[in-house]
Amino acid sequence: MPAPIRLRELIRTIRTARTQAEEREMIQKECAAIRSSFREEDNTYRCRNVAKLLYMHMLGYPAHFGQLRICRVLLGQECSCSDDCRCLFLCVQVLCVHTDWVFFFVLFYSDLNHSTQYVQGLALCTLGCMGSSEMCRDLAGEVEKLLKTSNSYLRKKAALCAVHVIRKVPELMEMFLPATKNLLNEKNHGVLHTSVVLLTEMCERSPDMLAHFRKVSLVPQLVRILKNLIMSGYSPEHDVSGISDPFLQVRILRLLRILGRNDDDSSEAMNDILAQVATNTETSKNVGNAILYETVLTIMDIKSESGLRVLAINILGRFLLNNDKNIRYVALTSLLKTVQTDHNAVQRHRSTIVDCLKDLDVSIKRRAMELSFALVNGNNVRGMMKELLYFLDSCEPEFKADCASGIFLAAEKYAPSKRWHIDTIMRVLTTAGSYVRDDAVPNLIQLITNSVEMHAYTVQRLYKAILGDYSQQPLVQVASWCIGEYGDLLVSGQCEEEEPIQVTEDEVLDILESVLISNMSASVTRGYALTAIMKLSTRFTCTVNRIKKVVSIYGSSIDVELQQRAVEYNALFKKYDHMRPALLERMPVMEKVTTNGPTEIVQTNGETEPAVLETKPPPSALPPAGQANDLLDLLGGSDITPVIPTAPTSKPAFAGGELLDLLGDLNLTGSPVSAPAPQIAQPPFLLDGLPAQPLFNDIAAGIPSITAYNKNGLKIDFTFERSNTNPSVTVITIQASNSTEQDMTDFVFQAAVPKTFQLQLLSPSSSVIPAFNSGTITQVIKVLNPQKQQLRMRIKLTYNHKGSAMQDLAEVNNFPPQSWQ
Amino acid sequence: QIHFILLFSRQGKLRLQKWYTTLPDKEKKKIIREIVQIILSRHQKTSSFVDWKDLKLVYKRYASLYFCCAIEDQDNELLTLEVVHRYVELLDRYFGNVCELDIIFNFEKAYFILDEFIIGGEVQETSKKSAVKAIEDSDMLQETVEEYMNKPAF
Repeated sequence: MPAPIRLRELIRTIRTARTQAEEREMIQKECAAIRSSFREEDNTYRCRNVAKLLYMHMLGYPAHFGQLRICRVLLGQECSCSDDCRCLFLCVQVLCVHTDWVFFFVLFYSDLNHSTQYVQGLALCTLGCMGSSEMCRDLAGEVEKLLKTSNSYLRKKAALCAVHVIRKVPELMEMFLPATKNLLNEKNHGVLHTSVVLLTEMCERSPDMLAHFRKVSLVPQLVRILKNLIMSGYSPEHDVSGISDPFLQVRILRLLRILGRNDDDSSEAMNDILAQVATNTETSKNVGNAILYETVLTIMDIKSESGLRVLAINILGRFLLNNDKNIRYVALTSLLKTVQTDHNAVQRHRSTIVDCLKDLDVSIKRRAMELSFALVNGNNVRGMMKELLYFLDSCEPEFKADCASGIFLAAEKYAPSKRWHIDTIMRVLTTAGSYVRDDAVPNLIQLITNSVEMHAYTVQRLYKAILGDYSQQPLVQVASWCIGEYGDLLVSGQCEEEEPIQVTEDEVLDILESVLISNMSASVTRGYALTAIMKLSTRFTCTVNRIKKVVSIYGSSIDVELQQRAVEYNALFKKYDHMRPALLERMPVMEKVTTNGPTEIVQTNGETEPAVLETKPPPSALPPAGQANDLLDLLGGSDITPVIPTAPTSKPAFAGGELLDLLGDLNLTGSPVSAPAPQIAQPPFLLDGLPAQPLFNDIAAGIPSITAYNKNGLKIDFTFERSNTNPSVTVITIQASNSTEQDMTDFVFQAAVPKTFQLQLLSPSSSVIPAFNSGTITQVIKVLNPQKQQLRMRIKLTYNHKGSAMQDLAEVNNFPPQSWQ
Repeated sequence: QIHFILLFSRQGKLRLQKWYTTLPDKEKKKIIREIVQIILSRHQKTSSFVDWKDLKLVYKRYASLYFCCAIEDQDNELLTLEVVHRYVELLDRYFGNVCELDIIFNFEKAYFILDEFIIGGEVQETSKKSAVKAIEDSDMLQETVEEYMNKPAF
């Protein structure tokens, strides 16, 4: 059997292949040769064959038949020299991803104790790159031993191996802790670097470890090392463009970031060194900027003093002006992270950011767009909108949807005038009409109804917009709806804002019919158009017959939705004509669910539909019988609006004066409330001023939660949140859990508070508390406490448990002072 | 943590692939195809960073070879560029004025060098000298054996 060809030969041969087929043939021939060579069990050429297998695998051909052979080889004998081993280990890494690792367990074990450090190093490397969790578990002890060795070549590899072990089997983290004590005393940079990586991994994964390392003064140690790096002279071994070991510097900065986060002492200990790095690092090369970047990230994330933060933002500002795209990209990314906390500082760089909208690079554009939206406020809205609308015009399709949504949001919050708002909406609809998200259409319609005085102007502009082109669905939908509503304003030429156009009823119907007929119209759009035509029957005077005709035609439409509508409208004409005007009259102004202003998202009863707000049921209606009676018992009065958790609340849930004898005997410190007028006419105070969106959240954190009730296996915890913008409001989230062995069903939580308070209960998450504490019911209570009196509450709990109905009353007195002061 | 490193030519031929996460072969091939396509279609004037799935791709072209690293969201992109550059420097030191052909014909050496520089997606040695010395030492061991056995290993 001739000697198998050398690797280089093979490579050269394969490269001469001119077609894929030719290449495949050569590979197959070689595979066959290797197989027979393996079969002959001749070890002299096994290295060569293994290397060729690797090559073929890299080209994309299956080379797994060699796995078994390699396993046997590695298992069978100790590698006496490193030539086989390197290739074999490489093969292990490349080829043997899914093999049964049991084979290698034995191998690695023996290799990790091998005399040659290179073989040990290879074993560590392979384990560190690809070890499965079983392997990691089995060999962690060996790795830990090598972590303590004095051989720095092996020590650094062991450290990274430990990182991999921790990633795969986090529970083993503890066992590496003792070895970390002396790691940072090394002089060898390789060991230092890998040690910092190991410490970082441990701190990121476990708060206990983090606390431990803070305690053992890791921060001063790191600061010292970093200082030495910066101050020391030129060291050729680790120098990169004049900076000493930037890799180590960056890793230390990152670890410092984790240690300093949310920790005043640690942050203070690193203030100086951060300032030093920030001011002294050379910025002419990428290396320096990499270090500055990491420094900025660290400064922004820890509790740094304000001077340092300003320094950081200025660095980012300089980055933004840099010609290098990479630097700008990095600057935009960081600014995005800090814009919430250091808003004013970032505002200063607004014009540069807006310029980045015009960049060629997609990633830069995206970040610039997100930042721009974050920076829009009442002062700059006009200018910013101009830029953003221009961006919307020219950007790639993948951005248009997000950009449109962003513009709508910003316009809603900061519109300087209604007309401007409508104009902006129009502009977006006409430029990016087909990319606007579906859920934007109802929002826009609601907005338009609310600007009562702009109806005529709006409908006129919309009409003109679709006259030319009715292919953009969201635009057409909004336009159809408006024309249906305000068609009378359109034909009567009442527009004040701009030159009224002369439109006849027939022309309006023409355009709506075209929409109906057009192939470009989606089914939903057609629905809008048909309904609009129908509504016009009460608003137009001379074309009712035409409308009747159109509607009756669609009574036989193939589209089921249209057909149904048409048939119903037909019926309206024929049998219920007397009801038609009332049914189709002008929509009332929908109360806005989202109020203006950046800090307010309103939640009524956990729902956000405007419909809920519109009607207020008479007090004596609604309540589900059993519930109401119980409540009335609780409250002691007979003509009060009971607290029904799911009742709509455009009034406060409690009328004032007639409340509770029950609560009357609670000792209320402070002013006696002398027959106050029932506060029925109060505006829905609980519906505004309650920040719920985390982005703008300024809720004071850290009010301790309490256990309000704990009996018979039912435990109810209260957690509190308060708003800085409206300090009289306290939001209590109750969590009910059940530690018995059976579920509690039909759980109802009711609450009553003293007269000076007002209460609103939102819908609970469910009515079943699963057993064994396996789940909870949550419910939100909002309490208004304008007089800042001490919070007290009486609660009533009803539920079914183990087949019987349970009921209990309790008083909650242990509200922490921070929840009401 | 670096998730994987790919080296490929301007025609899209793969010269080296190193994975630091476990994925099935088919998945790897798919990813390679996708990424090669994304990077080869990038305009020259754009930045070296691409958002891809939940990772960031950092790439740089050296002569006819593209070096591409995939890093996680919290990793420092600029530093990754330095990591790539350092790897090229190591190759250069070892091969002496390295070019693509060197990597093609000595791909296993390229892997060995990479393994002395990065383990598990993290840098293990920041000194150029030490990294190259380690390779050269183990090379010497191999040469001794080769001499002894009177034939080249490969």
